[in-house]
Amino acid sequence: MILISADGLGVKYGGKPVLHDVNFSISAAEIVTLVGPNGSGKSTLIRALLGIVTPTRGTVSAKQGLRIGYVPQKLSIDGTMPMTVARFLALPRRAPDYELNQVMSRVGIADLAHRQMAALSGGQFQRILLARALLGMPDILILDEPTQGLDQPGVAGFYQMIEELRRDIGCAILLVSHDLHVVMGASDRVICLNGHICCEGSPQVVSAAPEYRELFGMGTKGALALYRHEHDHHHDHDQEGA
Amino acid sequence: MLDDFLVRAVLAGIGLSLATGPLGAFVVWRKMAYFGDTIAHAAILGVALSLAFSMSPVIGTFVAALAVGIAASGLASGGRSMDSTLGVLSHSALALGLVAISFVRGVRVDLTSFLFGDILTVSLGHVGLIWLVSLGVLGVLVWRWSDLLTATLDDDLAASRGINPARQRLILTLALALVVALSLKIVGALLIGAMLIIPATAARGFSRSPEMMAITATVIGGLATLGGVGASALLDTPAGPSIVVVAALIFAISGRLRISET
Repeated sequence: MILISADGLGVKYGGKPVLHDVNFSISAAEIVTLVGPNGSGKSTLIRALLGIVTPTRGTVSAKQGLRIGYVPQKLSIDGTMPMTVARFLALPRRAPDYELNQVMSRVGIADLAHRQMAALSGGQFQRILLARALLGMPDILILDEPTQGLDQPGVAGFYQMIEELRRDIGCAILLVSHDLHVVMGASDRVICLNGHICCEGSPQVVSAAPEYRELFGMGTKGALALYRHEHDHHHDHDQEGA
Repeated sequence: MLDDFLVRAVLAGIGLSLATGPLGAFVVWRKMAYFGDTIAHAAILGVALSLAFSMSPVIGTFVAALAVGIAASGLASGGRSMDSTLGVLSHSALALGLVAISFVRGVRVDLTSFLFGDILTVSLGHVGLIWLVSLGVLGVLVWRWSDLLTATLDDDLAASRGINPARQRLILTLALALVVALSLKIVGALLIGAMLIIPATAARGFSRSPEMMAITATVIGGLATLGGVGASALLDTPAGPSIVVVAALIFAISGRLRISET
């Protein structure tokens, strides 16, 4: 069952085309990873799906009553605003206590409720954003580069948690990423974006595609070929570590 | 008792603090300190307009402040940096206002009263207006609190939950323009920014939640008014600047009394 889809989507910012002719859909319980260089329109596609930007061409259609949990790319709560974790999770609407407690323990932040947001580590902060997105029982989680600023074990832990979430809750996951080698193992489908969809398919298919190699391979001077091996075994590493 | 000009001055300042407390908190959270200043400088342009068209200064100031506030939001979203846009607008509006006032014939304008305010000459009617508008602004802020706060954290986060961030910005700009127009008489165009920012910043140290910070900022604003008007009566200092000085003193003390961060 298709949850949300874009048909012939085009978006312009100030007359400059950012996206054109994007056909996209995501089905229930699917994990889709969106990759692409900076400025390729990854965030714009997500913003169009969420209804934050209005497409200049094409349409976005969502299943009736679709519940979306969204983790924005960068959200900073600096020291000027006093804000406890519990208060933050109650914005804009307060969830019932039992649901709040359940979600907080699921992502492992149950003991942080009374901490100040500005005093949290990057990893804790990401978990709280995730908890916030999980409130309201979403059918789909949309995460825009959720692992920025996390170290390698942090990234691995975060993705492992997302896989568990899919298993436990059964929600679909749409993930924007640039750290391809970690993500690909968990994804059902990878979409490579650069203004339009260059190629898509299973992680193995995309990493072998010439369009993908052209986008990522050149800039990294072949370093990605190494990573490709590594992500093939990513799953096993996680299980050994756990 | 209301005949006493000191009592009226204190009532005016406390009434104003009801709005400047929470509004100032938003100004601090959104890093809009310079935005507040810009709107305040536009108020001088508003004074000139009021004189030219024989309007009430409150209305002229409100219109000018609102126009510049909306222009600033619009220009900054067109790719220029907010900082430089405000710099251009702020000083242009102030200079244009000062030039325009000089063209108004037959009126000798006491400019210092607009730049620094004259809280001790505030009329009972003006006090009433201040309370009315302040309570109105406060009411809107309380009513829209959750949406305003969410949009302040992140535009996209708000938009993904059906909250229009542009509308929240407009509400705050409107409220700022109203409060600036009202407080011109009290602290003047140069010090309005101080009444927004200093109490809110001082309140940060005592607060563990956004709501607490807004309330504390109002209390500090009220205390600064009492202290400033009192000092003015005792020491014969100018009242508006005295209020700001007391607020600044409270800010300095608050740095020492900060509650622990956990």
